[in-house]
Amino acid sequence: MKVQLLLILVLLTNLKLLGSSRLGSSIRTVAIQGSLLGLLPLFIELDSLNWRVMTLAIGTVFLKGFVFANLLFRAINVANVNREVQPFAGYVSSLLYGIVALIVSFWLGQILNLGQLSYSPLIIPVSFFGIFSGLFLIVSRRRAISQVLGFLVLENGVFTFGAGIIKMTSLLVEIGILLDVFVAILVMGITVFRISQECDHIDTDKLITLKD
Amino acid sequence: MIWALILLPFGLGVCALLTKNQSLQKYLLFGGALSHLILTISVWQKPPPAVLWGWLAIDPPGLLFLTITCLLFLLVSIYEFGYFEHLENDTEENMDVLIFPSIHTKSLFIGCQLFFLSAMTLVTLSQHLSLMWVAIEATTLASAPLIFFHSSPRSLEATWKYLLICSVGIALALLGTFFLSIAATKPDGSQTNLVFGNLLSNADHFNSQWLKAAFILMVVGYGTKMGLAPMHTWLPDAHSESPSPISALLSGALLNCAFLGIFRVYEICHKANLGAFANDIMLALGIVSLVVAAIFILGQSDYKRLLAYSSVEHMGLLALGLGFGGIGVFGSMLHALNHSITKASLFLLAGIILINYHSKKASDVQGILTRSKALGLLWLFGFLSISGSPPFGLFLSEITIVKSGFDQGRFIIASLSLGLLVIIFIGMATVFLNMTQPQPVLKSEKIHTPPPLRLKPSMLYPPVLLLLLSLVLGIYLPGWMKDLLVNIARQ
Repeated sequence: MKVQLLLILVLLTNLKLLGSSRLGSSIRTVAIQGSLLGLLPLFIELDSLNWRVMTLAIGTVFLKGFVFANLLFRAINVANVNREVQPFAGYVSSLLYGIVALIVSFWLGQILNLGQLSYSPLIIPVSFFGIFSGLFLIVSRRRAISQVLGFLVLENGVFTFGAGIIKMTSLLVEIGILLDVFVAILVMGITVFRISQECDHIDTDKLITLKD
Repeated sequence: MIWALILLPFGLGVCALLTKNQSLQKYLLFGGALSHLILTISVWQKPPPAVLWGWLAIDPPGLLFLTITCLLFLLVSIYEFGYFEHLENDTEENMDVLIFPSIHTKSLFIGCQLFFLSAMTLVTLSQHLSLMWVAIEATTLASAPLIFFHSSPRSLEATWKYLLICSVGIALALLGTFFLSIAATKPDGSQTNLVFGNLLSNADHFNSQWLKAAFILMVVGYGTKMGLAPMHTWLPDAHSESPSPISALLSGALLNCAFLGIFRVYEICHKANLGAFANDIMLALGIVSLVVAAIFILGQSDYKRLLAYSSVEHMGLLALGLGFGGIGVFGSMLHALNHSITKASLFLLAGIILINYHSKKASDVQGILTRSKALGLLWLFGFLSISGSPPFGLFLSEITIVKSGFDQGRFIIASLSLGLLVIIFIGMATVFLNMTQPQPVLKSEKIHTPPPLRLKPSMLYPPVLLLLLSLVLGIYLPGWMKDLLVNIARQ
């Protein structure tokens, strides 16, 4: 039951992201989403807690809940950008997209059957909804930072799925994945900072010099 | 031994980041590359035992790509001796093309190259699919700072596209890896771990629905990194904006690593009796890549972008080889080897041209042959080699791939790809020949002899060696290499 609740909260954070207009609140929402997902393995394995799951949960909450948000806040402070996310698609159409994506995700959840592996029927829909939201945020927002957030949301969607099959993966791999995402956010943050220095903006629609 | 292959470049990379001594950094790069090659040669002689519960081991495809990677890396590290000298001396005149970076970015540049080598080695040695995912993502992250070396707005834009598009693609491949682990769950609920050999031997029990979904996601994910159209959009930007030695590494070594990822799932699909399904997808992606490459190569004005699109073309051919199956798999592996060697030499030559002409526009570069016979001839030989003309190696592998198509009864696709190869040949010939020939001079104009080109031997030898190698491979394929390729194809 607690797993269900957690998954529904994750789903709501995605909807909030689609409708939110401020960069700061988006970063905070993604941080909350990350922490919720970090707790997910704990609740899934509640009866058989072991150090492997504990390490993973602590690592995830620490990185996704605090470190990433910190890095991104630092990037927007240094880049000194206006705090509006400036979407190409308006907030209402973003939310409408969200509803359609939600329906598709639940439909996919019906088709793809995890069978006895699944801890909750919500794992697949929530995971796919995260992936769809992430992809939409990447293509529909102008700020480079919003695209980093979109990537994080996408990764969180994949992570939801991974947490659903936690028994099958090993700690080493999980740590490797977390480490990769951490470095990815770091490198992306630095790149955003460099773009803001060189070009006086971080609007990706102005990055159009390279084309055929 | 396996640990040494991965950790040696990583450790030297950390040293390069910490040291401030500039000449030491260059030697660290060279030393790292050389010792890595020596280690790889010793792996050829005596295969080391697997480590980490069989997660890291050397197998024929891994060995092939490891060898290509460390050979290119060594030659690139030699090339960079001359490249850095140019950067140091030319700050004034070349501001638009080459911005000399500070000491800090230079140590980052060398360090990241060594990390890049370490990550690529990890890809080739990973036998565990999730670990391989981690390694492939690590190659993206290690190479991103290399692309923005010049930190111009253009290179930043290229870096941003590279980072974002590849990371998103690779995130999908991770989902595919999870799907694969579900597909590998036996009906009684017990699990098969994701070690490659283990997956192959159990593949006939796999759930075909989940496996199909996993294959599509992983091909899309790793295909993004490999530069298969329509996921190739980052590739021309990153290859044209990064410093030329890095373009050579990206095109010659990195694309292969992603190809290896696809090859692994491809094999699993074949073992799980989904061969026809996997072949069709590879054929579709291959032919789309050829079409896209042909469209953008015709009328391309930037010669580094031209080379980048040619990489899309050759990645398409690799996909076609897998899609045809049979001897096509052998052809693909041979093609990967030949393409890496030739494309790296061309990017290195393009770097020399860029330093002398200060422009990436093909129309600004004319009469290479009159200004330097050697460079002009090399550029022409490079063109002949990359376009698959006999007697170079790519001719042999392209013929093998197309022939396998006809053998397997895929007449339409095989003849379509032949036609596209001809179009690409014409498109590339126009650019390459115009660059080597001098501009026609009107009688009224005063004829002035342009200054001879500045060629540093350390920059010239690596591409010469690579072209020679490509020539040799076209005439004579050594027995040990042939055995390795046959082994890969037989798996």
